[in-house]
Amino acid sequence: MTDLKYTIKDFKSENEVRWCAGCGDFAIINAVQRTMAGLGIPKEKFAVISGIGCSSRFPYYMNTFGFHTIHGRAAAVASGVKAANPDLSVWVISGDGDSLAIGGNHFIHLVRRNINVNLILFNNRIYGLTKGQYSPTSERGFKSKTSPFGTVEDPFVPGQLTIGARGTFFARSIDGNLKLSQSVLEGAEKHQGTSVVEILQNCVIFNNGIHNAITDPNHRADRQLILEHGKPMIFGAENEKGLIFENGKLKVVIIGKDGVTEDDILVHDAEEVDPTLHMALINMQLPDMPVALGVIRSVPAPVYDVEMEAQIKEVQQTRKVTCVDELLQSGNTWEVTGNNEV
Amino acid sequence: MKDTKVIELEEVTIRFSGDSGDGMQLTGTLFSDATALLGNDISTFPDYPSEIRAPQGTVGGVSGFQVQFGHKQINTPGDSAHILVAMNPAAIKANARFIEPGGTIIYDSDSFTEKNLKKANFTTDDPFAECGLDDYFKIPVPVTSLTVAGLKEFGLDNKSVLRSKNMFALGLVCWMFNRPLDFVEEFIRAKFSKKPAVVDSNVKVLHDGYNYGLTMQHMTPSYLVHPAEIENGTYRNINGNHATAWGFLAAAEKSGLELFLGSYPITPATDILTALSERKDLGVKTFQAEDEIAGIASAIGASFAGDLAITTTSGPGLALKSEAIGLAVMAELPLVIVNVQRGGPSTGLPTKTEQSDLLQALYGRNGESPVVVLAASTPSDCFHYAYMAAKIALERMVPVILLTDGFLGNGSEPWKIPTMAELPSITPRVAKEAATFKAYKRDEATLARDWAYPGMPGFEHRIGGLEKNETGTVSHDPENHHVNSEIREEKVQRVVDLVPDLEVCGDEDGDVLVVGWGGTYGHMISTVRELRLEGKNVSLAHFNYIKPLPKNTEEVFGKFKKIIVCELNLGQFAGYLRDKLPQFTYHQANKLKGLPFTVTELKEKITKLLED
Repeated sequence: MTDLKYTIKDFKSENEVRWCAGCGDFAIINAVQRTMAGLGIPKEKFAVISGIGCSSRFPYYMNTFGFHTIHGRAAAVASGVKAANPDLSVWVISGDGDSLAIGGNHFIHLVRRNINVNLILFNNRIYGLTKGQYSPTSERGFKSKTSPFGTVEDPFVPGQLTIGARGTFFARSIDGNLKLSQSVLEGAEKHQGTSVVEILQNCVIFNNGIHNAITDPNHRADRQLILEHGKPMIFGAENEKGLIFENGKLKVVIIGKDGVTEDDILVHDAEEVDPTLHMALINMQLPDMPVALGVIRSVPAPVYDVEMEAQIKEVQQTRKVTCVDELLQSGNTWEVTGNNEV
Repeated sequence: MKDTKVIELEEVTIRFSGDSGDGMQLTGTLFSDATALLGNDISTFPDYPSEIRAPQGTVGGVSGFQVQFGHKQINTPGDSAHILVAMNPAAIKANARFIEPGGTIIYDSDSFTEKNLKKANFTTDDPFAECGLDDYFKIPVPVTSLTVAGLKEFGLDNKSVLRSKNMFALGLVCWMFNRPLDFVEEFIRAKFSKKPAVVDSNVKVLHDGYNYGLTMQHMTPSYLVHPAEIENGTYRNINGNHATAWGFLAAAEKSGLELFLGSYPITPATDILTALSERKDLGVKTFQAEDEIAGIASAIGASFAGDLAITTTSGPGLALKSEAIGLAVMAELPLVIVNVQRGGPSTGLPTKTEQSDLLQALYGRNGESPVVVLAASTPSDCFHYAYMAAKIALERMVPVILLTDGFLGNGSEPWKIPTMAELPSITPRVAKEAATFKAYKRDEATLARDWAYPGMPGFEHRIGGLEKNETGTVSHDPENHHVNSEIREEKVQRVVDLVPDLEVCGDEDGDVLVVGWGGTYGHMISTVRELRLEGKNVSLAHFNYIKPLPKNTEEVFGKFKKIIVCELNLGQFAGYLRDKLPQFTYHQANKLKGLPFTVTELKEKITKLLED
């Protein structure tokens, strides 16, 4: 406990990293390791739990306690880990298939219970490990090996689902933006409750360039709105664009045009309990609107694992039964005496 | 007209039966508890429909509670009832075949209306004749109208009045069997302590029922059943689900670990979750999961984090947990999975008992996926086997499946209360040396790996569902997988050193060895005892340890001319034994009716085998 000055090396395991060259996962693990090194939490208190998929190999590459579980169930396993020992810093590593298809039920219930874990959702809008089938975040009409003529279904928007499940923390980042990823991951760890961090991740083999419209260096200033709590929602190459709320909708305006001043621009309040504006930010799509990044929502709410421990302590304060022997003897019992041995 | 008569009995079986809204389970439970308190040995069997409120008055909606008690050892709730308490015509129809020939039927004569007879699908106005019950002793009691009359002054609404009918029946039966009312009264006062009006009305009706018996004793017989001669000690009444829950509490305390239960409600296993949810005082963490899979997954997470972790379910839930059990096998984490078996497949007969998940427990997973399988055999020994399941899981780092069933889970019996001091020690395999720790380094004798969990400095390591080498690194090496598959199986086999030898009830050799496992014990031992009293050369070997089998199984089997395996399925244990010990011939007695065996039918089968 004396020296908690970790470096990224302390969090790298001996295992050879086996993601494809150019995979967005490399940048994400880098961001996670840097974040963990700087949190001041003893290394043995990290538990990294994953499901199945490319991203879920993550724990093997981390020099922490790690558990590579089964498809879709990481959220449920992590719930048990955190409930058993709330003192741990529990991280769930999952993908769009793992969390939103096969594990959708566990995902929403984790969020609903507000168990204090951080869930990183690697969203590449494709099934990579099974070699290129559409996922529940693939756009309608997306062509893949299992949808050669295009899908006929609409995708989930992870942030919508999080808020629909009464989520208390949602952030979005991009694999390549290490600084942003690190900052939202720090925010996720600080937040008490389930923190969902969606990272737009590029699958270089099966869905290369899926997020290019957002990440394109020539346009990203106009296409990304990086939110900061308490700061105005301003973006654009010249910081000339901003968001206002008009007729129940978000709208892009140009500062200095039509009498709009910086004072008219919405100030981001991640801590507002009412999710209306957060939902509107999550829903923003190209080309009419920028894509919202950063911590979109972070509101306080009772935390499952904390409440669970508190309830036990409360009951124990006035308990009549303090051990199993007392329990066995409690209630209706009777003595049999005087019988000869039978 | 008959005179007052007092009949002295060795044992007696009563079946309380009525509409599922009539409160028959409570009536039966209260009577049984009062009886146990008087020192009789008892065994109970609740038999209820899967609908919470099936259409009123129909045969499908009949709920029954059977109890046998006596002054000698009672191992079963009785094949058939000496006394049937029937609250409506449907109860007569549903239970006609469960009444002892010449038995007594006490019925609410007010409810035998044309309408109710029709609801129960009687075609004449004589339901007893229709059911072939002419020769039975019938006692009509106007329960409904007497309850209404007794509560006239109370100003209660009609619904509340009718809800008290069961107390009238209970009072009457208490008189017949000479049970004082104080225990029942105390229970009513405690349960409704916040509703004094309900207490008063129920107690009044209870006494009315009792006094009715007293006044009308010229026509109601009174019975005397002497206390049983049982071992000295402190006793309590307990059902199998409670005993299971408490067994885990004891194991947690003994091992010094916190207890975590991840579970999803399912009949007939829910009561274990309920019983442990009540025990926050003992620090239990219960997690009512979003589904069966999350139930076991959260338990696996808690086990990874260092808790004594368990999950509880019934057949369909075990199917859903299969993949996760495989993960626990691969990760070699301690975990207990309880399956309170019920009729299957699919939703099957949710409230009825069966033993048809044995092969699912043994083999129902992908890959070579060995686990330890235990089965409890009486309501109270669920405590012991839950405890042992936890001990084996923690000391051998292996998932253990504990099989009980609906009959054990809901049935109750008096239990001589053990003390923590007399229970065997439990030493979890917590890793000690960080410098030499490897995730899959094994103890030479038991092949168990060490347990290191998050929070232990220097023990950081990775585990998971992929095949690993000794250090915990993923390995696709062909040799490694073959060797590890054999090791995982061998690790389970070596649990045999914690398994007591198979006991033979009766002679060590002879004509027929009757073989059973799990929840049929009571009926099996009663059957063998009766056959032996008739001079038949028959013994019983009853299994609690299914995998691994006790060391001396082969030796025991070899000393009998014939072996008959009796089980509530189509021959799963018999098939398993044919695989493990193919040198013997196994005859079978099987039943799949959602009901326990009866002693009568078992005796017939075994007698026939003796004669063949």
